[in-house]
Amino acid sequence: MKFQEELKDSIRKALPDLDVVLGWCGSFDPLHATPHFIRREEDIDKLEISPLSVHNLATYLPGLRGKKVGIVVKGCDSRSVVELLQENLINREDITIFGFPCTGVVDQAKIKKALGHAGNVRTCDISDSAIVIQTEDKAHSLTLTQMLADKCRTCRYPDAIISDYFVGDKIGEPAPLETDYAALEAFESLSVPERFGYWLKELDRCIRCYACRSACPLCVCRDHCAAESRDPHWLSQENNVRDKVMFQVIHAYHMAGRCTECGECQRACPVDIPVLMLKQKMNREIRDIFQYEAGVDPEATPPLLSFNMEEENITEKEW
Amino acid sequence: MPVLKGKELRIVGFLCNWCSYGGADTAGVGRFNQPTDLRIIRVPCSGRIDPLFVVKALMNGADGVLVSGCHPRDCHYAEGNFYARRRLEIMQRFLPVLGYEAERFEYTWVSASEGQRWQQVVASFTDQIHKLGPAPKIIGPQAADTLNQMAAAL
Repeated sequence: MKFQEELKDSIRKALPDLDVVLGWCGSFDPLHATPHFIRREEDIDKLEISPLSVHNLATYLPGLRGKKVGIVVKGCDSRSVVELLQENLINREDITIFGFPCTGVVDQAKIKKALGHAGNVRTCDISDSAIVIQTEDKAHSLTLTQMLADKCRTCRYPDAIISDYFVGDKIGEPAPLETDYAALEAFESLSVPERFGYWLKELDRCIRCYACRSACPLCVCRDHCAAESRDPHWLSQENNVRDKVMFQVIHAYHMAGRCTECGECQRACPVDIPVLMLKQKMNREIRDIFQYEAGVDPEATPPLLSFNMEEENITEKEW
Repeated sequence: MPVLKGKELRIVGFLCNWCSYGGADTAGVGRFNQPTDLRIIRVPCSGRIDPLFVVKALMNGADGVLVSGCHPRDCHYAEGNFYARRRLEIMQRFLPVLGYEAERFEYTWVSASEGQRWQQVVASFTDQIHKLGPAPKIIGPQAADTLNQMAAAL
């Protein structure tokens, strides 16, 4: 990326006052990136920003509260930071935000599907329009826009919403490749048993690893999660699909009015369950009722923490 | 009971202590005929009701869920039902994505003096649930049937 050196310079400038800077670096193979914790000057050179920088690093922030933390954010990550600030889960004066114009990140599930079982990846070259992946037996050329994560195809905030340092030129408001919630609307047009059966089928393969919870930047209850609580006993320890569905409903509901649709839950899922759809549904209803979008204004009050005596968009049933 | 020609279904009602529970009591004292599908759980306030109760009830075998509290501006705790209204409205709109009809869940306001209104609410909600029929069961003896039906639908 063009601005990567500029970004490293600003991190170098800020690092003496910070305990750690969160970024991304290369991982076990050329096709993956991993979160990178920059503590010393020499760590800075390993920083890599590319369409492989998929992780939402804001997830680490509540756990690092009290430390001076720098964080490199994509537009969507910055919304999580805003939401954390809004809920007083982090202190603004303790964090330094490095923003850059994000042109989208890949969806590893889509790449995996396109490659099939390809074995080891030798090299991975990403240009503005294509990803060329050299595996053991052949070279695969994939179109970048088709491999982008769904959230990037509908992205409206490519630049960090808040930042202390911003490198590169801001993109502004891009034209999304797809309309919001198109997949959700298609799903909603299915019949009732089809929808019910869909979740039973998809969640049947859930292994209850709770990676969706661990990856979620706004799941901040830690040891007090409803999933492990015995009193109230929301979920049993049994292996049944009912509890798996129930956990996803709990997650979606606890995210109501807070979820910024960063998609980490779905990305982290080891068995590719489309759990983001539940959160999108929640968000769309909240947008329709309260004209509210999470993670864009640190001063806004979340809709479920306030009320109006007369609600404009809620019509109650007449009996 | 005229509204109850078929088999009984299972409807769970969450009623606030101060208005709706009193309203249901008034209906009983007034000897208003009501369908008997509803089982009532008394809670301190409609603001006490976690909307996840609704999903939990449906997933554990309820065919319908009714929540009733004090009328807006009449809450015993001044503002519990205002928060409840927002939360419950969202949950009602959320249910269809899970594969439950939104009509399986309703929330309403009934005051302690409205015995007549309570009867009307119970009768029409029970009727509404009977029109929808039993909810899909994912636990218990009917679970296997549900799974077969779902497999056929997919």
